[in-house]
Amino acid sequence: MDGVHDLGGMHGFGPVEREENEPPFHGRWEAVVVAIEAATLAAGCYNIDEFRHGIERMDPAHYLGSSYFEHWLDGIARVLMEKGVVDAAELDTRTRLFQERPEAPLGAPPAGTGPAAGSRRRVLTSFRTPVASPRFAIGAAVTTRTMHPAGHTRLPRYARGKRGVIEAHRGFHVFPDTSAHGLGDQPQHVYSVRFEAHELWGEAAEPNQRIYIDLWESYLLAA
Amino acid sequence: MGKNHPNVDDYVISRVRALESLLLEKGLLAPDAVDRVIRRYEASTGPMLGARAVARAWRDAAYRHRLLNDSTAALGDFGVTYDRLVVVENTPARHNVVVCTLCSCYPWDVMGLPPTWYKMPAYRSRAVSEPRQVLAEFGVIVPPEREIRVWDSSAELRYMVLPMAPAGAARLDEDALAAHITREALIGVAEVHLPDGAR
Repeated sequence: MDGVHDLGGMHGFGPVEREENEPPFHGRWEAVVVAIEAATLAAGCYNIDEFRHGIERMDPAHYLGSSYFEHWLDGIARVLMEKGVVDAAELDTRTRLFQERPEAPLGAPPAGTGPAAGSRRRVLTSFRTPVASPRFAIGAAVTTRTMHPAGHTRLPRYARGKRGVIEAHRGFHVFPDTSAHGLGDQPQHVYSVRFEAHELWGEAAEPNQRIYIDLWESYLLAA
Repeated sequence: MGKNHPNVDDYVISRVRALESLLLEKGLLAPDAVDRVIRRYEASTGPMLGARAVARAWRDAAYRHRLLNDSTAALGDFGVTYDRLVVVENTPARHNVVVCTLCSCYPWDVMGLPPTWYKMPAYRSRAVSEPRQVLAEFGVIVPPEREIRVWDSSAELRYMVLPMAPAGAARLDEDALAAHITREALIGVAEVHLPDGAR
């Protein structure tokens, strides 16, 4: 989707602001969000593509006005509600409870269960066994598709309809554009594609610069 | 705090706590999961494994070759299983820098927690279109004759820069060298310098 998350090349965000002596977490809640993401992803509540697409569907103004872990919170909550893991009303009710009584006890795991799902280990990888040969050879000239899907995609807006060259083959991977929408892995070859800065930015390009983007085969056309 | 950290209101903190408590009750979050995350990242906030691999690569040409060509095997030497790292090498002719314009992909298992600036719109928007300017703001001056390669991590591969070895690197052992390698250097927005005393 052509969302606010697709930031490459946008103007107006000012200089990069660095934080001196940045702590690992700016509050316990950030660590909780990291733990929840890891546990629910490992438990199979959603996949990584559904997680990313959950964040992309944030309200654009909220996205730009909130911190990174708020993006995670918003995306995780959205996907867990869509999947029926958490009910919207119970989450709202519980949120109000903690707003009124911040020190209220957290609650406990269900009795008689084994180790919680968060302690199980699932191997999460996007690599799949290739069932087709790569269509493009190293050095081949390609053009990226001009496309504006309403759903999830990993072809950034700034690199659509542009000419590039296959730099490397990156393996056979789950296709996010389907995986994010319950349409299966539909794995494809992924390539590192090299773009000249001038091809992407025209006259505004800095000299002697190239951009490399990992792109799925169906994003690419032979040039 | 600036715009990297808009004040987090009590709604956000309460909502996180609500989600935490619901997932605990549903058996989807282990009672010690949060403590484990805090322990893991507070014990090693730096670039962890990535810094050690770079320090080893500077001292050992065969290891450097493996890190650049078969990172899975090279990281395996540290007892870590990680099959998707691409290591890109800085040279006098070429400077590499890493970004994720679409979200904030970063090799957490190799480099620890990403810095907040890496995840914010200013860096993600500008690193692909004006990297030389962004690098200059970080204090890294890349002359026009030195190529800049920007790696936008749009798929499940992850990128790490192998910086150029600083003057005096040969005199330090691996652990001492690793202590001077920042996550910024592994992202490509800093160079590695040894303080005078360390040389």
